Amino acid sequence: MNKLSLFGLLGLVIRRDLLLAMRRRADVLTTLVFFVMVVSLFPLGVGPEPDMLRKMAAGVLWVAALLASMLSLPRMFSADYLDGTLEQMMLAPQSLTMMVLGKIIAHWMLSGLPLVLIAPVLGLQFDMSVQALWVLMLALLLGTPVLSMIGAIGAALTLGLRGGGVLVSLLVLPLCIPVLIFGAGAVEAVNSGMDAISNLSLLGAFLLFALVFTPFVAAQALKISME
Amino acid sequence: MMNWSEFFAMNGYGFYVWGSYGVAFLVFIIEIFMVRNRRKLALRQLRLLNESGEA
Amino acid sequence: MRLAINWFKYSAPTTFYGLAGKLIPFFAWPAAILFAVGLYIGFFVAPTDAVQSEAYRIMFIHVPASILSMFIYLIMAGYAALGLIFKTRLSSMMASALAPTGALFAFISLWTGALWGKPMWGAWWVWDARLTSELILLFLYLGFIALQASIEDPRRADRASALLAIVGSVNVPIIYYSVQWWNTLHQGSSIKFSGTSMHVAMQQSMFTILVACWLYVIAVVLARVRSIILERESNTQWVKDLAETK
Repeated sequence: MNKLSLFGLLGLVIRRDLLLAMRRRADVLTTLVFFVMVVSLFPLGVGPEPDMLRKMAAGVLWVAALLASMLSLPRMFSADYLDGTLEQMMLAPQSLTMMVLGKIIAHWMLSGLPLVLIAPVLGLQFDMSVQALWVLMLALLLGTPVLSMIGAIGAALTLGLRGGGVLVSLLVLPLCIPVLIFGAGAVEAVNSGMDAISNLSLLGAFLLFALVFTPFVAAQALKISME
Repeated sequence: MMNWSEFFAMNGYGFYVWGSYGVAFLVFIIEIFMVRNRRKLALRQLRLLNESGEA
Repeated sequence: MRLAINWFKYSAPTTFYGLAGKLIPFFAWPAAILFAVGLYIGFFVAPTDAVQSEAYRIMFIHVPASILSMFIYLIMAGYAALGLIFKTRLSSMMASALAPTGALFAFISLWTGALWGKPMWGAWWVWDARLTSELILLFLYLGFIALQASIEDPRRADRASALLAIVGSVNVPIIYYSVQWWNTLHQGSSIKFSGTSMHVAMQQSMFTILVACWLYVIAVVLARVRSIILERESNTQWVKDLAETK
């Protein structure tokens, strides 16, 4: 069996998860449709005045992105947990942390990336300026992976529990608040004329911080849940 | 401020002051009862266990 | 001459149960006394505040409650980490015994903060940085308690909630500073209370009530951890022989 490098393992897990997800395309679309629907509901609730919507846009889009990624978290490990592949993964000699990182990245590509791509289109609903849309996309690009990473810890902790979906959100949402603050703050900084570089760099810092720690912590959480 | 009516009025802020302290002490009392109750239940459970053990 | 006291003697539930039982009164009664003393100083000795006349007296319960809700969370995370790393059951039991009390203090802090905010800032709820962080801290507590409650097997429940508490405690400073930054961005610095110099009686009262709260917490947590020991060790022999269970 040829020696599998760490990044080879990473690529393998990501390809596998994406392939599996593509077979059940509905799951991928639910996150996206949920995001679009939640964002579109706000103008109906708040009223159509453009300047009001423009002010709210960043917050609405970010909260919707947060909720949408919470929606798909339980599925990160539950499929493998139910049919036993998760156990095999844990028994495998390869590093569990890297496998968990692979699953996180796969989950992000299925739930985070689509949000990033569609956010500008929705931004037009809120009459956002092009510059603001650009910063929104960048902020989401930096922020949504962090949501998946922190979410992975929650998903691993609540593996196999009844009512796991709601529980994951209760555990994970408070931890995602800094990402929400600086993500929405970035767009607002641009709207009020300042540049958003400070917010984006902080989001980048969260991303790197999470990238280093969450896979390991999520792997520990898996070990605890799978005992 | 020796007469009681003035004291409770708290110069108009009585509602806020006694609302805060009242709820705080209510929480303490409730917590104490919750802890006592939990102990009572645990002991009752153990007694049942013991009786079923001996029987 | 063996001077070294075997601290680990009391780290096993069996011996700790008896010790905790004896200690509770030594914390409970001083707590009650200090509460009375603190309130007396706060209401009768401390003068009327120039700016807020009497409303500021809420501070004597609000500030200790906020301090405690924060510290209890950190102590809880500490015990949880101990339990996770050293697999000592008693540490995990202490963590789950601390959580409800910490959550209640966070609630008291929010409640008294709102009632103090109404006369001071004119609104029941103000998105002040401290109050907002306190609200998020309450969510962290509820997350811990919910996770612990939803897992049947106590061992997994302890270890899972321990990990959550550790992750949570790493996030507490991050959340606090991001909320601080967020608040100053939107509102400018809200009215800083530290403007009015603190009369010595005010500090005495607040400090006395703080100590009273600490003693109260220790008493309640010791009592709760004894119940947890009874619940979790119910099938052990030493529990069966306990006098109370006859």
